[in-house]
Amino acid sequence: MSQPHSPPPPPAQPQPPNMTDLLKKPRRIALGCEGSANKLGIGIILHENDTSTVLSNIRHTFVSPPGTGFLPKDTAAHHRSFFVRIALQALRVANITIPDIDCICYTRGPGMGAPLTSVAIAARTLSLLWNKPLVGVNHCVGHIEMGRAITGASHPVVLYVSGGNTQVIAYAEQRYRIFGEALDIAVGNCLDRFARTLEISNDPAPGYNIEQLAKQGGRILLDLPYAVKGMDCSFSGILTRADELAAHMKSGGKGPDGEAFTPADLCFSLQETIFAMLVEITERAMAHVGSSQVLIVGGVGCNERLQEMMGAMAAERGGSVYATDERFCIDNGIMIAHAGLLAYETGFQTPIEESTCTQRFRTDEVLVKWRK
Amino acid sequence: MTEPATEFPPPKILTLSPAHKPILITQGAEGRLYKTPSPFQPDQFCALKYRPPKPYRHPILDARLTKARISSEAKVLDRCYREGVPVPAVLAKDAAAGWMMIEWIEGEPVRVGINKWLGERPEDDAVVDHSQEDETPLIDLMKRIGVAVGALHRTGVVHGDLTTSNMMLRPWADDRLPNGHGDKAEKAKAVAGDVVVIDFGLAMQSQSDEDRAVDLYVLERAFASTHPRAERLFHHILDSYRGAFKKAPGVLHKLEDVRMRGRKRSMLG
Repeated sequence: MSQPHSPPPPPAQPQPPNMTDLLKKPRRIALGCEGSANKLGIGIILHENDTSTVLSNIRHTFVSPPGTGFLPKDTAAHHRSFFVRIALQALRVANITIPDIDCICYTRGPGMGAPLTSVAIAARTLSLLWNKPLVGVNHCVGHIEMGRAITGASHPVVLYVSGGNTQVIAYAEQRYRIFGEALDIAVGNCLDRFARTLEISNDPAPGYNIEQLAKQGGRILLDLPYAVKGMDCSFSGILTRADELAAHMKSGGKGPDGEAFTPADLCFSLQETIFAMLVEITERAMAHVGSSQVLIVGGVGCNERLQEMMGAMAAERGGSVYATDERFCIDNGIMIAHAGLLAYETGFQTPIEESTCTQRFRTDEVLVKWRK
Repeated sequence: MTEPATEFPPPKILTLSPAHKPILITQGAEGRLYKTPSPFQPDQFCALKYRPPKPYRHPILDARLTKARISSEAKVLDRCYREGVPVPAVLAKDAAAGWMMIEWIEGEPVRVGINKWLGERPEDDAVVDHSQEDETPLIDLMKRIGVAVGALHRTGVVHGDLTTSNMMLRPWADDRLPNGHGDKAEKAKAVAGDVVVIDFGLAMQSQSDEDRAVDLYVLERAFASTHPRAERLFHHILDSYRGAFKKAPGVLHKLEDVRMRGRKRSMLG
């Protein structure tokens, strides 16, 4: 790793302070590194008594050309070449010095192997360079904790929807338990791949561009499969059917009403169908656990139509929906810093020789010691 | 199940006869269940299952789903009823309007019966000496559950949400009830009655061992979490299932696999 503007080497620090010392500290600061998919994010968080403050949250996204997805090799190369730049920017914006930092947090998984590895190596390097303890973080738990911190939702049912994950989660007895999930591809993957079919731009994100296009649709609702099984759902069959309809459209085919239809009609119909499925499984989980709060996290959670539908469902149940904007919904470093610092404050750390990463890491594997 | 946050208007069908006020029995995520006098036999009750429109859903999609779900649930119930599986009979339906009217099943859910039997006992199972107790009435109930599930699967239907809340204990006539008085007889009465399977909202027609095994697995998990103190008797359900259903050995073999993997799926990115 080249470091043209390497910060001055810190004075030798004692290895991780013991926990009573740490909790006596009025200000605790963590730096978090995220790179499980095509976003490289580095964030710095401050925990002061019971409040969390975002000191910096810098992100750089690898955008692939229209019609293509991001490949692990290229994405990892992107993360490697931007890491130092983004890390320095995060430190600068946060306006802190290296001795202020208590721990380095990084995404252990789940995610794509090569990008995860690149960022884990970089995090390990920072840990050794600055003599700071490492904390490996579950990406999904990062999303949940950041969503809770930003919105103030205390005990919500969580819908976690992104390019790689689709889960309905509720907290019980020190675990985030998965009540429902996608049985095949994730909802965001379905959207991303359909954007490729239509050759929509991937900048800033394929899902965002589908959302904008869908706003021009609405004349007709094209018939797509609806695949909910209990609290689980499936998206691959819907994608296949949507791709078929797109091919039909491109060859000049007509819709069920005898009129031609447009990419906007397809995007509209796809969103209406898959979001209805997500809201349905979320409602079922809410009825099951008796909660009226719902928190949406993950990149697809930025979608305002999804938030609107979820809001209508929650309102009918006498509750409300909590959502965040793209700074926190889309993968970011601050959520890794926040969840990592929560774990670190309970005494958790990841010894350097165990600081691996993994593509498969279920949300319910994490012992959530920081909640009652 | 949470109480409805607001008062919902009943479906139109229940407002036609102003003399009778329908009683809202449950409000789940799926729909509502009302108890109302039967329009066919006014001295009897019937249950009305209603799937209200979902405000968040596109109206065309909503209409399509409601219609398909009421139709399929009624079809599955009809099939079971015809084949002699103990389920409520379908009396009437209007799938497009989102309701079906079914037989009212008297009695309490099996869950309530089992919990009455178990009563207030120390939480720690280990200190209770079961050998001192005659558990025959409870074991008999477990056997009747196994027979009911076996009959269901024989018909080519999987329930999708088998729990002790989704089974009713329809009371027996007095001459079939256990004799005697005192605590012992009261306990036996709590678990007396025919097992009737209800709520086919997630049911589907399937002949596959995998689907049937998942059905049993859901019941096993639900049983263990609802009645941890009776978990050690669960095998009686599977034993009588084996006796009631010719293809049970294949299903029970598959159940071993399903138990091993759970519902868990290893997560990719």
